Amino acid sequence: MNNIRFIAPTDLHDEMLRLRQEEQMDFLECLTGMDWGEPDEKDAPDTPRGLGVIYHLESTVTGKRTVVRTASLNREHPELPTVSDIWKAADFNEREVYDYFGIIFIGHPDMRRLYLRNDWVGYPMRKDDDPEEENPLRMDNEETIDTTTELELNPDGTLKNKELKLFGEEEYVVNIGPQHPATHGVMRFRVSLEGEIIQKIDANCGYIHRGIEKMCESLTYPQTLALTDRLDYLGAHQNRHALCMCVEKAMGIEVSDRVKYIRTIMDELQRIDSHLLFYACLAMDLGALTAFFYGFRDREKILDIFEETCGGRLIMNYNTIGGVQADIHPNFVKRVKEFIPYLRGIIHEYHEVFTGNIIAQERLKGVGVLSREDAIAFGATGGTGRASGWACDVRKRIPYGVYDKVDFKEIVYNEGDSWARYMVRMDEIMESMRIIEQLIDNIPEGTYQEKMKPIIRVPEGCYYSAVEGSRGEFGVFIESHGDKTPYRVHFRSTGLPLVSTVDTISRGAKIADLIAIGGTLDYVVPDIDR
Amino acid sequence: MFDFSIITHWIHQALTSLMPEGLAILIECVVIGVCIILMYALLAIVLIYMERKICAFFQCRLGPNRVGKWGTIQVICDVLKMLTKEIIDLKHSDRFLYNLAPFMVIIASFLTFACLPMSKGLEVLDFNVGVFFLLAASSIGVIGILLAGWGSNNKFSLIGAMRSGAQIISYELSIGLSILTMVVLMGTMQISEIVAQQADGWFIFKGHIPAVIAFIIYLIAGNAETNRGPFDLPEAESELTAGYHTEYSGMHFGFFYLAEYLNMFIVAGIAATIFLGGWMPFHIVGLDGFNAVMDYIPGFIWFFGKAFFVVFLLMWIKWTFPRLRIDQILNLEWKYLVPISMVNLILMVLIVVLKLHF
Repeated sequence: MNNIRFIAPTDLHDEMLRLRQEEQMDFLECLTGMDWGEPDEKDAPDTPRGLGVIYHLESTVTGKRTVVRTASLNREHPELPTVSDIWKAADFNEREVYDYFGIIFIGHPDMRRLYLRNDWVGYPMRKDDDPEEENPLRMDNEETIDTTTELELNPDGTLKNKELKLFGEEEYVVNIGPQHPATHGVMRFRVSLEGEIIQKIDANCGYIHRGIEKMCESLTYPQTLALTDRLDYLGAHQNRHALCMCVEKAMGIEVSDRVKYIRTIMDELQRIDSHLLFYACLAMDLGALTAFFYGFRDREKILDIFEETCGGRLIMNYNTIGGVQADIHPNFVKRVKEFIPYLRGIIHEYHEVFTGNIIAQERLKGVGVLSREDAIAFGATGGTGRASGWACDVRKRIPYGVYDKVDFKEIVYNEGDSWARYMVRMDEIMESMRIIEQLIDNIPEGTYQEKMKPIIRVPEGCYYSAVEGSRGEFGVFIESHGDKTPYRVHFRSTGLPLVSTVDTISRGAKIADLIAIGGTLDYVVPDIDR
Repeated sequence: MFDFSIITHWIHQALTSLMPEGLAILIECVVIGVCIILMYALLAIVLIYMERKICAFFQCRLGPNRVGKWGTIQVICDVLKMLTKEIIDLKHSDRFLYNLAPFMVIIASFLTFACLPMSKGLEVLDFNVGVFFLLAASSIGVIGILLAGWGSNNKFSLIGAMRSGAQIISYELSIGLSILTMVVLMGTMQISEIVAQQADGWFIFKGHIPAVIAFIIYLIAGNAETNRGPFDLPEAESELTAGYHTEYSGMHFGFFYLAEYLNMFIVAGIAATIFLGGWMPFHIVGLDGFNAVMDYIPGFIWFFGKAFFVVFLLMWIKWTFPRLRIDQILNLEWKYLVPISMVNLILMVLIVVLKLHF
């Protein structure tokens, strides 16, 4: 907490603009809403209080990272200036903070709830809010609102409500989702159409919101681990790796080399698994059903390997604080070494049936172009960012595990279209196999689990650590007050920035392009809704 | 070659000897109608089973293999299930149009189906402008699809129907032009006559280059006419859930489903008739012994063999290619297929005028 610079709300916008322009902090990595409670007389002078926000910033030019925070002591009407005009990524994130904490961002063009129902009472992440009390199970449907409000500050300090129209009466608005085969989960896009052409998209999240961050606040650290697998279920190992790493960093635990090797191999297997599923689902979205089965056929083999060691196929529950749940299965090395030549030998089929197909190429090339500037501004990391020419791989930026010891290429394409996003992932499968090949024979001996105390308490402070998930940077932010439960846990979603780009890159495209764009952005909804 | 008209004549005579001719013809019409419907349903079951098995083998799967030996009874069970399902009434829909739509689709399909010459003497509808009738009857189907989209009061259905309208009407042009090309070569539009003319060689061989081009264009356009992948945009399940038949249930949906499969067979059947000789066996001029052996194989086997071969081609395409986008589909038709068909038509005229065909 002491290492985070405090900026008063009145100076926030100017200071952020300065950071963005002078220090080239162009990547808003993580934006976390906080409730530090009401001021107390016993507080030390630098104890944070009030409702506030923590901003993690990074410069893609200099690589410098900084963390700042701001807070408002007014609990009735907490108001903070928006930074959504500086970083587009703040748009959805500030809506999330508004949703959970009730902080109103002045100047934000779209102050609606992001996840919860519009008729939700209260702000559930506030420490003094009891969500159960005023929110019984409602039997009526949620009203869809066609307008949104922007709050502006008058010169005399009062607020002006400006009503903005999302969709007009005369517009032809189609719901794509929440139950729709191409949204890969329960995502809802309200799409305004002119014939087949998309005019505007309004993304509605929250249909699979489970309040995981809120739940974490009442669970002990080992218990919170179980929830990470349920965020991005195609990056279960990586998500859990991030949380374990964050807790280990906070407690100053150094895991053995064996654990690092195992975690790295598992992460890469998971990445191949996720990218195979990406290939399969994209092909299915575009109507190539045969290619779909190719991807799933080979993904099964990875799941079998996982099952043998971890016991689970989708929800693995493998990483633990200080190590892994169990040592690798005696067959593990053998099966991984069989699998890699198998996949290398069979991947040409993928390219023959789909990549080389002229229809597939026509459907993807030049569709949904995301510029490098936009990718950074939205914080669209992972394959999406790399397809736009932004080398954003956490494995290279902040190496963890044993990524600093292996030789691999960071795949970067410059086109930024759906085709580039597709090719990045196909190439990453090959790179992941290279990483595994370098590690699989050299897993050192050692303990697979460090000795831990029965009750894990994390020292007071704020901690952030990130891994390269299957579809972008997955970060974990923990604020601990020294208890056995975290004070606040925030997961930097890999999918939320991707979804926030959809409106920008799909305007003017056809409905069929929206499916291709959604498929190549490769978001996973439980990770967005958390 | 066995001529089925002997049997039909015998039945006709037997009936007229028993009752006045008008009544006899009425009874014959009813019997033939029932036969067509039975044949239609039977073929649908065979086609659905075939598609499931073929697509399974393309996708490294086994397909249905639990109900009956090799899953043969599976489709029959599915048909029974479909028949017993409830037909839902929609609120705010145009009841009349909504209920009419599946019948329009299935009637168009029946009418076209009745034109197919299954074997020698087994033509149901056979008159001097048979090809025109066939094209006209097959075009009625699109009205049913548009009505379905409009009547269900669903935005997805409407988009699907609009796509379908744009697509089917466009591709009708290519189908018409490619068949016209063949009409130039054939010199007749009566279907029995068309088949009879191919006794000394199928038209695809007789018309050589332009006939092959017309055949390929016909296959592409025919695939688009039947709304099957890669042209399945009207019911693109990943975009429009199920397109124009999203709101239909039970046997109303079943009609669309049946019509889709049978239309595929009809497209294949017409291709077989016009390009591949219909029920006419494979004859090589000069090799009389060989031709005589070929004649021992009954005509309906030839016809169904050829038609199912083309059906297999269509399935192969469907299970290999991704789906096109609406603008790409219209581009393909208006910028490529139509000009090529027109040039091809001129080429065919020249070849026929200069007697360069076989």
